[in-house]
Amino acid sequence: MSTTTLPTPRRGIDYKKFLANNGALVGLVVLCLALFIATPDFLTGPNLLNIGIQVSTVAVLAFGMTFVIVAGGIDLSVGSVAALSAMSSGWMFASAGLPGWLALVGGLVVGALAGVINGLANAYGKLPSFIATLAMLSVARGLTLVISDGRPIKTAPEVSFLGGNLGPVPMPIVILVIAALAASFVLNRTVIGRSMYAVGGNAEAARLSGLPVKRILVTVFALAGLFAALAGLLLAGRLDSAQPQAAAGYELDAIAAVVIGGASLSGGLGRISGTLVGALVLVVIRNGLNLLNVTSFWQQVVIGLVIALAVGIDVLRRKSRNS
Amino acid sequence: MTQQPLLTLQNVGKVFGPVTVIHDVTVSVYPGQVQVLLGENGAGKSTLIKMMAGVYQPDSGHIVVDGRTVTLPNTRAAEALGIATIHQELNLVATMSIAENVMLGRMPTRHGLVDRRALRQQARAALALIGLDIDVDILVGELGIARQQLVEIAKALSINARILILDEPTAALTRHETENLFAVMADLRQRGVGMLFISHHLDEIAEVGDTVTVLRDGEFIAEVPASTSEDELVKLMVGRGIEDQFPRVPENLSQAAEVLIVENLTSTGLFSDISFTVKAGEVLGIAGLVGAGRTELIRAIAGADRYASGTVAVRGQHLPKGSIKAAIAAGIGHVPEDRKGQGLVLDASVNNNLGYATLASTAKLGLVDFAGQRSRATAVAKRLRIRMHTIDQPIGALSGGNQQKAVFGRWIIAASTILLLDEPTRGVDVGAKVEIYELMNTITAAGGAILMVSSELPEILGMSDRILVMRDGRIAGELSAAEATQDAVMTLAARDVDETHEQR
Repeated sequence: MSTTTLPTPRRGIDYKKFLANNGALVGLVVLCLALFIATPDFLTGPNLLNIGIQVSTVAVLAFGMTFVIVAGGIDLSVGSVAALSAMSSGWMFASAGLPGWLALVGGLVVGALAGVINGLANAYGKLPSFIATLAMLSVARGLTLVISDGRPIKTAPEVSFLGGNLGPVPMPIVILVIAALAASFVLNRTVIGRSMYAVGGNAEAARLSGLPVKRILVTVFALAGLFAALAGLLLAGRLDSAQPQAAAGYELDAIAAVVIGGASLSGGLGRISGTLVGALVLVVIRNGLNLLNVTSFWQQVVIGLVIALAVGIDVLRRKSRNS
Repeated sequence: MTQQPLLTLQNVGKVFGPVTVIHDVTVSVYPGQVQVLLGENGAGKSTLIKMMAGVYQPDSGHIVVDGRTVTLPNTRAAEALGIATIHQELNLVATMSIAENVMLGRMPTRHGLVDRRALRQQARAALALIGLDIDVDILVGELGIARQQLVEIAKALSINARILILDEPTAALTRHETENLFAVMADLRQRGVGMLFISHHLDEIAEVGDTVTVLRDGEFIAEVPASTSEDELVKLMVGRGIEDQFPRVPENLSQAAEVLIVENLTSTGLFSDISFTVKAGEVLGIAGLVGAGRTELIRAIAGADRYASGTVAVRGQHLPKGSIKAAIAAGIGHVPEDRKGQGLVLDASVNNNLGYATLASTAKLGLVDFAGQRSRATAVAKRLRIRMHTIDQPIGALSGGNQQKAVFGRWIIAASTILLLDEPTRGVDVGAKVEIYELMNTITAAGGAILMVSSELPEILGMSDRILVMRDGRIAGELSAAEATQDAVMTLAARDVDETHEQR
């Protein structure tokens, strides 16, 4: 009696379910195969490294976004926060004369602080995350322009190092791997990470179970800010300068990567590995279209369709789970 | 019963993959009669309803309406034949007016614009069908559940529904509201509407039903008159006798310590000046009408809400206001009234749901103790006989009773010694109910204390050692188990309550 199981409906091998859970990965593999066949330029060392470098910024931003989306929120400010962090770091080095390493850390701190403010506004100020971070999107970009007076600032050598090479491997790829492992560790292993899923799944149930929901939310946004800062520094490092309009609009890429990677915008679902695949899908599509000489105008059309397709899969998945 | 049935499911069956969920069941709805569908959760009631409503198609057998075999490929086809379902979760738009809701999808228009006058008139006419006289411009969201239900019934009738399927309509209603609903049903019966009624409250069956179809594990068990005794119905439904619906085994409390002491607890506008104690081994029931402040009181004690003044002490230690963490640390476990909305993360696994309260306390250096969590969850799931495929299954897929057991299980893992139960058996079938009551006995036998809020009087009377009755946010009286009767409780609970309080 104690081990009685309750039969629930099941239909043989569930292809729909498999595809729904691994759709992004399948899509990525198909995409790479198609590009490999279509153009000899795709599967070359330099091109792959190029993809790696490009994906690093998007993916690192998207890792931070994954925390937020898993916890049931959204962060529209990550692009602006990335720019603000890089610009602050540049200012600390160039104008305030701080040592380079301190300017680097300072940039990260600025990003985390912006995230904390988002989190406080959301958890304690009761602003929906959409609104709180929409405000931060504007504020952070504005501050970036104020600090820089609209001009690029040269970054510290330590920051430029992030955009350089470690032997044959570009640093951004090294940072990407470290960031992925760290984010995955936080989300999967730590109490705060597991709590994010509970908060995103049902915040009230999480609260009544004794989870510190508000503190979790602040942490979530702080992490998103920190990862945004890292992405901003990567971007600045590659150009040896912090640009006032850097990473503008990147928040949409980050959200797209997370959603393509299988997270649900209603919270409680999402994986770092999925987000990485999502970011790769975006970048590989752009890269492939470039190689095939498709104009950037058409690229936007394709990217939009891919996002719609991915969200369609999200809906399909939820349907198959509910029936 | 020589009359022709309005609707018959004739020897229907339904298979999902390898699992047969309905096997050779026949059930009919006659004009002017209330057919009761009785069975535990998972017995197949909802599958049958969905066949009638055109959501599922039977894999064998057929559906007969007015003597003609029909297929119902979708809900529209069912509606066209006059079959309407009133679901537990109502299909109304809270932000639109009553009139708009009643006429949704068929709003009267003039020159392509909504004709507001005709809209109101037609809506009023629809509401008049069930004798509901109410301002049709009020937003549906402002109505209580009971009124919303009536609006939905009126809507169905106005689309010429002849067969009403009522899926647990009384689950969220107070006794008074239930009686209103039954009066409407009696009226509909007079007018020849056929009804199919589902309820977990056995006492309602004789009151409102004509015949009862009993299902068990997807099979037809018996068709009996609604006057059949409750014991007999339970036996048919569960397949064995349940000797005692309320198997309370009281502890000897003469030497027991007072573990929970609440003094002068006041929360402005919700409850005021509440004082009581609960002893180790005791079940203290809190009775009262909906809106009397019972849930708010329990939430305040659990730390879920702040309060204005007064104190809560556990074993001599005062708890800080509004701190769930402190309450849990002191040994309090809270089983909230809305299992799906407040108790569980439905998309998360059984394992995770069992572990939320102990996620932080069992962690090492901030890292989750996965192995320990899994073994604790497995052990408690086994002990509470939570029926599931695997412990990694989303908890939303379990039946109500098993979900509720999991909420209890969370606090058992947390070694809570004072349980605050808010409607602990709402939406739980008879078999699982008794298991939950037995669990309460086990908890009190081990020295635990239980504070239980329930709107089901038989449950309060059957399981409490002592009963507090709340009225309008105050304690109206206290009854011992011996002196408590339905009448005694209701007299205290309802004295000079003006009707309007409950109506909206």
